[in-house]
Amino acid sequence: MTWDTEFALSVFPELLSAFVRVTLLVTVVGSLMAAALGLVWAITQRSLGRRSLPLRWVLDFIRMTPIPVQLLFVYYTFNNLSALTVGILVFGIHYSTYMAESYRAGIESIRKGQWEAATALSLPPHRTWRAVILPQALRATLPSLGNWAIAMFKDTPFLIFIGVLEMVTVARQIGGSTFRYTETFTIAGLIFLAASYPTAILMRRLEKRLAY
Amino acid sequence: MIHFQDVVKRFGDTTVLDGLDFTVAPGERVTLIGPSGSGKTTILRLLMTLEDLTEGFIYVDGEPLTHELRDGKRVARRPRDVSKTRRRIGMVFQQFNLFPNMSVLENITEAPIHVLGKPKQEAREDALRILEQVGLRERANAHPMQLSGGQQQRVAIARALAMHPEILLLDEVTSALDPELVGDVLEVLREIARTTNITMLIVTHEMQFARDVSNRVLMFDSGRILEEAEPDKMFSHPEHERTRRFLQAIL
Ligand SMILES: Nc1ncnc2c1ncn2[C@@H]1O[C@H](COP(=O)(O)OP(=O)(O)O)[C@@H](O)[C@H]1O
Ligand SMILES: [Mg+2]
Repeated sequence: MTWDTEFALSVFPELLSAFVRVTLLVTVVGSLMAAALGLVWAITQRSLGRRSLPLRWVLDFIRMTPIPVQLLFVYYTFNNLSALTVGILVFGIHYSTYMAESYRAGIESIRKGQWEAATALSLPPHRTWRAVILPQALRATLPSLGNWAIAMFKDTPFLIFIGVLEMVTVARQIGGSTFRYTETFTIAGLIFLAASYPTAILMRRLEKRLAY
Repeated sequence: MIHFQDVVKRFGDTTVLDGLDFTVAPGERVTLIGPSGSGKTTILRLLMTLEDLTEGFIYVDGEPLTHELRDGKRVARRPRDVSKTRRRIGMVFQQFNLFPNMSVLENITEAPIHVLGKPKQEAREDALRILEQVGLRERANAHPMQLSGGQQQRVAIARALAMHPEILLLDEVTSALDPELVGDVLEVLREIARTTNITMLIVTHEMQFARDVSNRVLMFDSGRILEEAEPDKMFSHPEHERTRRFLQAIL
């Protein structure tokens, strides 16, 4: 099979559009949501101690249920929500349970003496978290959060279960109807690369900012 | 003034303190000695509210610390109230426990700004003045990890002093240091003892230091005060055989 540049260029706009409107949107908004919610879960668990057991059960349950099942469940339960909104919510909440575990590990890696010094200075809880614990915990957690965002990115094809076509699905459809898989997936791959490279740089910057 | 009244501390089934009573007068320097496991650290940690008080009461200047008697019942005080009383107390730890994500200056100004509500500039100036006292003014912008253990401990002392506590708790603050760094830290503490009237509770194995700064020495054994005396008497003519043996072992 020969490489057809003209064909490759012709599928580019459609793939790019699917990438930006679905894959990128769901991954970026979903990741931000997961990162914020995950932090809330982790702090709540730590602050409530043993009383947080019910929250743990809920989070474990969400984490252990497959994403397609969650997509379909939310989509048909809240049928006033658009499919894309459902996608963002489900990915955001699902991955928040994983990110909560990452935060938890980061928080637990902070030595007891840090909490005790904060108490000895009478720092209020919000200051202990913001100024002492989180800056140290996030440093250890950030790479792992990045990995979960990538995992979410790779799960976006599941959106087809609720009828949302993201880039990989669109590429497969184009490939299936034209039998030109090579061009289609090369372009899809290049789009992915073009998006992930700046992301990697951004993550490194963020890690540097947290370094001390 | 610090007053321990019928203080009981249990860890699970282990009773560490069983009805402990003692008082420390304002401005007094009291050294706690005794074999490892006799409860010295627990006493300081109870005062710093790092451990839950199982039974009894601790008063600071007549104010209850974590628990109070209300209508004949022993009740826990609200965290806000505890925090208010606790602010009179500062502590320096064996392992320094500086915040590694902050500079030396930020370590010292964090609590004055965010707990006492001091204006930033004022907190900064105060911190620099205290850093001068501990001989580290020129390291204000360094990070803890760039400092030696002795320097870190002096920053930790400065951090405690920046809250202008009435009471300072020192738990084996030179035990984690290389021997050649101990002197500087003790010198700083001697200076504080000389120039302030901060009440000090000191746990230390540095007997010369204890002799120099303290007014009174309490010898603990299994969570009880075995004997108490002025340092000269305690170190030269202890009453109990047990104290004599303990002092011989550490000197
Ligand atoms: N967190 C804890 N859990 C259980 N036992 C503890 C804990 N902290 C201290 N202890 C016990 O309490 C006793 C007194 O300890 P501590 O106050 O550290 O003594 P010291 O400082 O005089 O060496 C020891 O027997 C110790 O094992
Ligand atoms: Mg001890």
